Amino acid sequence: MTSLELLLFALIALPFLGSCLAVLFRVDARDGAAYFAGLIALTALALTIATYPHVTSGEVLQYRYDWVPELGLHFSLRMDGFAWIFAALITGIGFLVVLYARYYMSSSDPVPRFFAFLLAFMGAMLGIVLSGNVIQLVFFWELTSLFSFLLIGYWYQSAQARDGARMALTITSAGGLCLFAGVLILGHIVGSYDLDRILSSGAVIRSHPLYVPALVLILAGAFTKSAQFPFHFWLPQAMAAPTPVSAYLHSATMVKAGVFLLVRLWPAMGGTNEWLWLVGSAGLITFVLGAFFAVFQQDLKGLLAYSTISHLGLITLLTGLDTPLGQVAAIFHIMNHATFKASLFMAAGIIDHETGTRDIRRLSGLRRFMPVTAALAMVAAAAMAGVPLLNGFLSKEMFFAETIEIHDNSLIDQALPYIVTIASMFTVAYSLRFILDVFFGPAPTSLPRVPHEPPFLMRLPSGLLVLACLIVGIVPAITIAPLLTTALHAVLGPVLPAYNLAAWHGFTPELLMSSVAIAGGAAIYVMLRSYLSVNEGPPLLRHIKGQRIFERILITLSWRLARWLERKLGTLRLQPQLQILICVALVVGLAPIYMRGIGHDGSPRMTFDVVFAIIWAVGISCALAAAYQAKFHRLAALILVGGAGLVTCISFVWLSAPDLALTQLVVETVTTVLLVLGLRWLPKRFEKEKGESVDATAGTLRWYRLRDLFVAAAAGGGMAALAYAVMTRPPPDSISSFFVENAYTKGGGTNIVNVILVDFRAFDTLGEITVLGIVGLTVFALLRRFRPAADSIPMPEQQRAQDLFDHESGTRQRGATVKSAMAIPALMMAALFPLIIMTALYLLLRGHDLPGGGFVAGVTMAAAFILQYMARGTIWVESHLRVLPIRWMGAGLLAAAGVGAAALLFGRPFLTSWFSYVDIPWIGRVPAASAMLFDLGVFALVVGATVLMLIAIAHQSMRSHRAPRAPLTNESNIEMR
Amino acid sequence: MEIVLAIGIGVLVSSGVWLILRPRTFQVVIGLSLLSYAVNLFIIAMGRLKAEAAPILSAGGVGDPGRYADPLPQALVLTAIVISFATTALLLVVLIASRGLTGTDHVDGRELDR
Repeated sequence: MTSLELLLFALIALPFLGSCLAVLFRVDARDGAAYFAGLIALTALALTIATYPHVTSGEVLQYRYDWVPELGLHFSLRMDGFAWIFAALITGIGFLVVLYARYYMSSSDPVPRFFAFLLAFMGAMLGIVLSGNVIQLVFFWELTSLFSFLLIGYWYQSAQARDGARMALTITSAGGLCLFAGVLILGHIVGSYDLDRILSSGAVIRSHPLYVPALVLILAGAFTKSAQFPFHFWLPQAMAAPTPVSAYLHSATMVKAGVFLLVRLWPAMGGTNEWLWLVGSAGLITFVLGAFFAVFQQDLKGLLAYSTISHLGLITLLTGLDTPLGQVAAIFHIMNHATFKASLFMAAGIIDHETGTRDIRRLSGLRRFMPVTAALAMVAAAAMAGVPLLNGFLSKEMFFAETIEIHDNSLIDQALPYIVTIASMFTVAYSLRFILDVFFGPAPTSLPRVPHEPPFLMRLPSGLLVLACLIVGIVPAITIAPLLTTALHAVLGPVLPAYNLAAWHGFTPELLMSSVAIAGGAAIYVMLRSYLSVNEGPPLLRHIKGQRIFERILITLSWRLARWLERKLGTLRLQPQLQILICVALVVGLAPIYMRGIGHDGSPRMTFDVVFAIIWAVGISCALAAAYQAKFHRLAALILVGGAGLVTCISFVWLSAPDLALTQLVVETVTTVLLVLGLRWLPKRFEKEKGESVDATAGTLRWYRLRDLFVAAAAGGGMAALAYAVMTRPPPDSISSFFVENAYTKGGGTNIVNVILVDFRAFDTLGEITVLGIVGLTVFALLRRFRPAADSIPMPEQQRAQDLFDHESGTRQRGATVKSAMAIPALMMAALFPLIIMTALYLLLRGHDLPGGGFVAGVTMAAAFILQYMARGTIWVESHLRVLPIRWMGAGLLAAAGVGAAALLFGRPFLTSWFSYVDIPWIGRVPAASAMLFDLGVFALVVGATVLMLIAIAHQSMRSHRAPRAPLTNESNIEMR
Repeated sequence: MEIVLAIGIGVLVSSGVWLILRPRTFQVVIGLSLLSYAVNLFIIAMGRLKAEAAPILSAGGVGDPGRYADPLPQALVLTAIVISFATTALLLVVLIASRGLTGTDHVDGRELDR
């Protein structure tokens, strides 16, 4: 990184870093957080200024970090003159806003959060203007939406703030999505997302058939952000934000992002009729409507909000006029508007702060109480109105001159100078209202507070901005001209159109327009005075409210439509859901067969075997009987399912899958144990009492069953046909042959299935054991808080009978019968413990070369533990043996992932395996592969998860026995059988 | 041979589908068990059937794909068996917990009031 690249990177990184640090301040650290944020902003400003000498010489500063170069994704920063102007506005005004906010925010507000959001917003905004990649630009664009949401909703206690924030987020981020789609199309047209490439391929873009969709989508993004008609209504709602936020977001930053993008992309996308009409008309409508509405606002900030909308419309209109001179005026007005509008918002905030109200009807004669503030606000408002010797006048003159020019000579084009002059009258009128109604007239009467001047430092930011307005307005040639030229070169290239930047350039038509606008504005103000002293909102139009329409649409879409769809399509019941699922699967499965035919070009590949057929006759009977008995006799159904499982297991042996057969066998055992443990907690079958209205439902029930039977038969028939069709045709080439060929040479094992699991596809296995671990923990967590149903709490009938027998015999201890009945099985199970563990270890160790492996060994080991629980009872086992399944799981997962990560130490990809054969004295040559260590991890996790699930269910018995109303129990009898 | 296995798979699927459409949770658990057998066998069937050709290489060196049963579906099914055990356990626990909370073993947590 060269020092310039570092500078550029630091400029972006600094605000975000500062934001992260700012939240660490104490909630009431008003000074600390403010000074810290101010320091960050000032440093960012200094960094920006430090780059100026390079930028002004026409150089484009670049910093680029390749992220996914294959997809054309780079993190790329790029600063030219135009971006520099914005960066200076963002950091400079940002610093002033921080300073202002220090005095504006109340000591009861949690200010570190405020400054953290503000700095992050500053970073996001810098990201937009400095992005050299358009996708990255969209990313920062959405970030500004997000942080503006947080800033506008800073006082989240107020419903107005929440609504305003939500509306701003909905509108601007929806626009952001459009923009994203737009730049994707743009990238597709150009073949690159690089901004430089896009800017230099204007001809290609404009002649491409996708030009119009791309333009419309990008404009949707820009218009929503810059509050252009018809998306303008979020901006007045956003005035619920603290005033420093408004001063920052709605003068120099957020809303300027849209016009920034328009000017930025104008060289690539402008110069067409579509641009002229879309951008120009949106700008014109917004300009006129904004100015008109602003006059009728009674809230000081509302007036400024509509005036911001109007000025943004003016800038958009200038861009839309589609001439180089239009861009000159647009850029110039962007800068001027930022300075006077930020200053005006600050003044509005001071007035609100010192008087306790922003209602223009209640404010009056403040000139006497706060003369300095009044003077500053008056100068800024005059700049807004376009009074000579102020910066607003200069850009407005340019604007007027540009509207006089002929563009496409349509009717609107010819009427344009008249339309904008009338709109400018309204601009003058609302500026006059701001000055005269607030600062002049009689002393205010019913104010919540007695107004006085704010602290010097609170006035200072506003003062500096007003000073800028004045200097630029009086001596533009030596102040703003060089900056403007630098920015213009970046947008328009080396040849600039002729423009005159002087406070006075003779008697021109535009001067006439200015004079008419000022005189007309004064007249409008006088005429509307009596109307405005009472009414809010313009006549006739005040009932049409954008935000009302927006809310209606939002409610209809997100609530009514959703509820309607849910009512029509949704169900809370499981059976219809599964039915739909299966029917859809059936249709999807049948459709290709229907369309292309199943075809039958093969013949059986294996000779028919009677034994196999007999085995499956048993299996089929088991399955059908289980399906029937699951309702009536659960234990029988369980045994029958076990039968079907055994047949599956034998089939695996038959079909050359010894590993599967082994695993199926042990899993079958453990599943059965699990389900038997669960049976205890199920209710007795729900019997219909006699005399119940059988007739009414019997028919429906029969119809339901018939339908389900049909669905089941269709599903089974379909699967059978599909399986047969596949099995009788030759196998296609698959990756299987790779595994067979390389299992030994590359994986170091002869058991191909195991080598696939622990070596070739070890990453899948790692995922799978993670799932298993999660399920184990979920089972554990669910049962930890579980309370059995009331009717399951008493001891089972049989056990009660046995205990009663013991009790009545007098000589026997309670529980003795149960104990003696289990004596011999218990002895055998206890004796089997070491043997089963040996078997498990044997299966684990030989797994790499012969059938076995971590999965089957783990389940076997778990079976050893659960047998002990069955033989000796929970209490005995847990007092003699600490199983700690969660540690097994943790160790297993760590071992598996650790073996994988170890490969990284040797500079190989994750989970690369290593193997060799080692000579060990006495034992001989044994295989040693890192994959076996991985298998050890699999083993440990499977043991842990399986034992955890089984124990969790087994422990339920202890709970119920302690339950209060269980008869014939006491604390001594909690052994579980 | 193929026809036997195909019919077996079909019956397992039918029984399983029938059971998961029933209203009692235990029936659904049993149904899912049967379905998982069927699916595992179906996956194995996708690799074609071969007897006495376990995918265990006899000696060192490069293996001949023609001599062994397809090991890929087997590797898939091996983990599927263990995962289906886990889902059965989870389902069982969910049904026990839901039974404890709602007092019924109906899949919707309440008896149909018709």
